[in-house]
Amino acid sequence: MNPPAETANLAKRDESVDWTALRDDFPILRETVNGHPLVYLDNAASSQKPQQVIDAVRRYYEHDNANVHRGIHELSNRATEAYEGARQRVADYLNAGSRQEIIFTRGTTEGLNLIANTWALEKLREGDTILLTEMEHHSNLVPWQILANRIGAKLDFIEITGDDGQLDLQWLDEQLARARLLSLTHISNTMGTVNPVAEICARARAAGVVTVVDAAQSAGHAQVDVQAIDCDFLAFSGHKTCGPTGIGVLYGRRELLEAMPPYQGGGEMILKVEYRDSTFNVAPHKFEAGTPNVAGAVGLHAALDYLDAIGREAIYEHDQRLAKRACERLAEIDGIRVFGPAEGRSGVVSFVLPDAHALDLATMADQKGVALRAGHHCNQPLLAKLGVAATARASFYFYNTESEVDRFIEVLHGVRKIFV
Amino acid sequence: MANFLDTTVDELVENFEILGDWEERFAYLIELGKKLPPLDESEMVEDNRVHGCQAAVWLKMLPTNDSTFHIHADSDAFIVKGLIAVLLMIYNGKTAEQILADDGTATFAKLGLDRHLSPTRRNGLYSMLSRIKALAAASVAQPA
Repeated sequence: MNPPAETANLAKRDESVDWTALRDDFPILRETVNGHPLVYLDNAASSQKPQQVIDAVRRYYEHDNANVHRGIHELSNRATEAYEGARQRVADYLNAGSRQEIIFTRGTTEGLNLIANTWALEKLREGDTILLTEMEHHSNLVPWQILANRIGAKLDFIEITGDDGQLDLQWLDEQLARARLLSLTHISNTMGTVNPVAEICARARAAGVVTVVDAAQSAGHAQVDVQAIDCDFLAFSGHKTCGPTGIGVLYGRRELLEAMPPYQGGGEMILKVEYRDSTFNVAPHKFEAGTPNVAGAVGLHAALDYLDAIGREAIYEHDQRLAKRACERLAEIDGIRVFGPAEGRSGVVSFVLPDAHALDLATMADQKGVALRAGHHCNQPLLAKLGVAATARASFYFYNTESEVDRFIEVLHGVRKIFV
Repeated sequence: MANFLDTTVDELVENFEILGDWEERFAYLIELGKKLPPLDESEMVEDNRVHGCQAAVWLKMLPTNDSTFHIHADSDAFIVKGLIAVLLMIYNGKTAEQILADDGTATFAKLGLDRHLSPTRRNGLYSMLSRIKALAAASVAQPA
């Protein structure tokens, strides 16, 4: 459990981080694909795992595994300590007020669905407005559509300005005045836009609007401080932050969590059960029915330790450096459309070539060992708004290098020759 | 008109063998795709849309007088058009019974396409194949 002070110290050593040496911690980066060294540029979809995380999960199963919160025996105590220790680690990582504000989920998607099916289902009424943005991932859109259809609520959207992927905030106060809930992404998984969530949440708070931040693309890539952002809820996924799949986090402001109804029913979330009625446990246990993903939480703990040892500011700057290099090289191609802001973007770069479909590019790049994403990136309405059917996307992380960016560009030029 | 691509499945398999590496094979597939006659825009409608591919795909089958089918398909991705060309080599100009009797896996295995296409892409391929089969099956169940 690293105290935040240590995190801050480590973050200052940006210049001294040996990024290439960090690659040795990731066994999968030694893979070859189709006879070429793997160049993994699909980090916005999922990150790779360092040996430290793999070892932590393995060690848990080899030495500590048992069910949590129930047993008197030694292993159950160890498993419970590991699980609750991970919760405290997440609270520190997000600078939450306490670990009672940290709910373990399967991932960002489940976190957002949890809010929709508990807080929002209970508090929102017919005719109420849920404010989203036009750049939301389907997981921060579809749960609200389902809820809105169920209770007769309305959806409203903060628009984007165009290919530069900025939110058009000129009507924000008017939109907030009509809304009860605002849910928005911190960093766009398609455009790489870093939204000013603290400013937007402050304006929402002033308007009495409850705020939800989708931190799937930011939690592993930048400082995410729930007190600084001052949001009511924030969700992220372990697998995008060097952690295991199947574990995620929902932060919720304590007073909201305590007033919320439970999510799923089952073991763990109850205090007392009779045949016809039950009383429920307190937060966060109220929202964690059934045996949780203990190994996932343990792996996430190791992942957050790993990220903080490097320093999140340093990671953020590294991502940006690679994205900038990629954008500059892409801009040299006649007729290309590169999406997202020119300045201050994250490590996500989406683009459309004038002569080859994203799918063609991604297929041919894969033949050269370069892993790109092609498609709608779970952003179908956004792509429709931009007037494109699919984009190609390169997304970088701290273990990517400048030479990998150059390799990606070189492969891209080679592929284009086939299509022109 | 039965084979406007001027290439048979056997020739395709042979050419794939000559072209040792996969990059060249894909490039060849792309060239085949470029020869596909485009679908009219009025036919690029939801009824003809084949889902399950990251690119857009449309496919329709027209019965002919001699109870065979002409298959028309198009995509916005060249590689998918190449895959359509392969499907046409197998199924174009065949009767419903012939279409239903050949599941295509033997040909795709010979070409190595079953192994070398990503799962999503393969889904695109198999979605197209499923659509051809479904349309053939429907015509048998309910003769026009």
